Amino acid sequence: MLKDNQTAKQDNRFGEFGGQYVPETLMAELDKLTQAFEACKTDPAFQKEFHDLLNNYANRPSLLYYAKNMTEDLGGAKIYLKREDLNHTGAHKINNVLGQVLLAKKLGKTRLIAETGAGQHGVATATAAALFGMDCEIFMGKEDTERQRLNVYRMELLGAKVRPITSGQGLLKDAVNAALQDWAAHPDDTYYLIGSAMGPAPYPAMVKEFQSVISKESKQQIQAVEGKLPDAIVACVGGGSNAIGSFAEYIDDPRVKLYGVEAAGKGIHSGKTAATMELGTPGIFHGMKSVFLQNDEGQIDKVYTISAGLDYPGIGPEHAALAASGRATYVGITDDEAVAAFEYIAKEEGIIAAIESCHAVAYVQKLAPTMPKDATIICTLSGRGDKDVASIAKYRGVEGIE
Amino acid sequence: MSKLRDVFQNGHKAFIPFVTAGDPSADSTVSQVLALADAGADIVELGVPFSDPIADGPVIQAAGLRAFAGGITVNGVFAIVAKIRERSQVPLVFLTYANIPFKYGYDKFTARCEELGVYGLVIPDLPAEEAGEILPYTEKHHVDLIPLISPTSGPRLPKLVKHATGFIYIVSALGVTGQRDGFSVNLPELIQQLRQVTDAPLCIGFGVHTPAQAETLAKEADGVIVGSAIVQMVADNPDPAPVIGAYTKQMVAAVQAAQVGN
Repeated sequence: MLKDNQTAKQDNRFGEFGGQYVPETLMAELDKLTQAFEACKTDPAFQKEFHDLLNNYANRPSLLYYAKNMTEDLGGAKIYLKREDLNHTGAHKINNVLGQVLLAKKLGKTRLIAETGAGQHGVATATAAALFGMDCEIFMGKEDTERQRLNVYRMELLGAKVRPITSGQGLLKDAVNAALQDWAAHPDDTYYLIGSAMGPAPYPAMVKEFQSVISKESKQQIQAVEGKLPDAIVACVGGGSNAIGSFAEYIDDPRVKLYGVEAAGKGIHSGKTAATMELGTPGIFHGMKSVFLQNDEGQIDKVYTISAGLDYPGIGPEHAALAASGRATYVGITDDEAVAAFEYIAKEEGIIAAIESCHAVAYVQKLAPTMPKDATIICTLSGRGDKDVASIAKYRGVEGIE
Repeated sequence: MSKLRDVFQNGHKAFIPFVTAGDPSADSTVSQVLALADAGADIVELGVPFSDPIADGPVIQAAGLRAFAGGITVNGVFAIVAKIRERSQVPLVFLTYANIPFKYGYDKFTARCEELGVYGLVIPDLPAEEAGEILPYTEKHHVDLIPLISPTSGPRLPKLVKHATGFIYIVSALGVTGQRDGFSVNLPELIQQLRQVTDAPLCIGFGVHTPAQAETLAKEADGVIVGSAIVQMVADNPDPAPVIGAYTKQMVAAVQAAQVGN
């Protein structure tokens, strides 16, 4: 962790990936943000306030729950679930939001903007804006506002304005474009609260820092019950915030295998997918050099998955570097497999998990049986699935559920 | 010596119109650029479309979509330039996003630029901190990388102008491209600051659309860049070349009036 951050501080890169590929208008803001972020890491007052919010507002630490029924059913490694779905606002997103909102206050900003796909990051940002009395505008692809209507209403209830984005495909990527444009137009009063471990430096390192609470806790928790490190970590990846937070404390320990699970949509070779690491190539987009789904000329591809939160044609730069070095493995899970896992974990464990997280669960269903019974897997349940119930019902052809 | 610098010799003030390559077709772009050159444009800025143009407002975004609908490709843009070169030697610069030359290969992209007479590159998402990765190739192939300066640049100015071999592009307003009536920055002050750290010609863009604006800005700066206003005319007219040519004549006259005024 420390080693990584020092690397990031020196050159803003993770291997060849990362950097700050944004218009000049934003560079002065990124400089200020970088300074504030570096300072906060060793500022006892900041750390105290951040951890106080995590524990007393966001309901941390989150549980590390032993999934006994799944373990017995799958007949291999012991499965633990890191329950980020039990956080206030229902997903891991709040961890990063609480860290960044404190930085925004320090920088004297009065308005928060954020992109959101599934709506979880938008809800978390709107929540923090309400708590700290800040203006808030959430950029959300038009299509996503339709498939995640409940979260749109939640954000409005919290006092945020939701701006539906119709440009491009009307998805997460287009919401990021619009948020970057808005930030460039209002750099003085506005703070862009990026929700994933992506974008220009310092965001990837900063989101990792604030999300690393997931693995800081899980490492202590698993050692307390198992007396050893886990054998594998499994987390879903869109831009990659819950995955990088789930990996962070284990990256320097190669005994722990790291698996990032991407959304393969209708299948890797279907042309309707969001499986960046399987099909992507290096490129420059959204402020970073990373791996993207794009054509031979560098035009960014259209993406598809049932999951609004994983519907992104790129991946955070540290994930691109972890894949390039072979430290982490990235695999794809299809819509069908994710929906089956959504139903499976509900019936086995009584947990309705977010469709994003169910991509990770689906991979655990494949991985656990290949591992010995004394091995352990920690699977991050990044969010709860209430928001997905209506669309899963529709996927299964159940009528009348809105 | 930079071919772009030649344009500004003896205090000449430049008018620099922008069109998107392939909007709505390759043939139309060729006739648009020739009309701009005939009307007296000193440099023509040609947009190489990118799927996600984050520095551009709705007008230029829409032009990119029309160009894609017309089947534009990066090699298609180079073919447009080759056709223009059969008839005109008007100085050309490209505006594009970093991923386009990165994916094409910086060496190959800048070599094609040199071969076809594209003298400069404007890349809004390649700030000074990242420009080092393309500079060896722009230098090798004698293509000027045009730095962008924003109202927020402040103490960053000396760093930004260090490699300004061609001209400098001053972004006159915050946010994205598009027509504006007012400019959010104290331009005379910014220009004065820049004059202290560079002798490169200073051109102003983002939001300029009327001859009166152009004349006012040209009194302070060495050139005026107009994009969205022209691209909107391309969108509104089935035969845009004569329309943008006539407009460019007015703008050239306005810029030259500022020169006489000096």
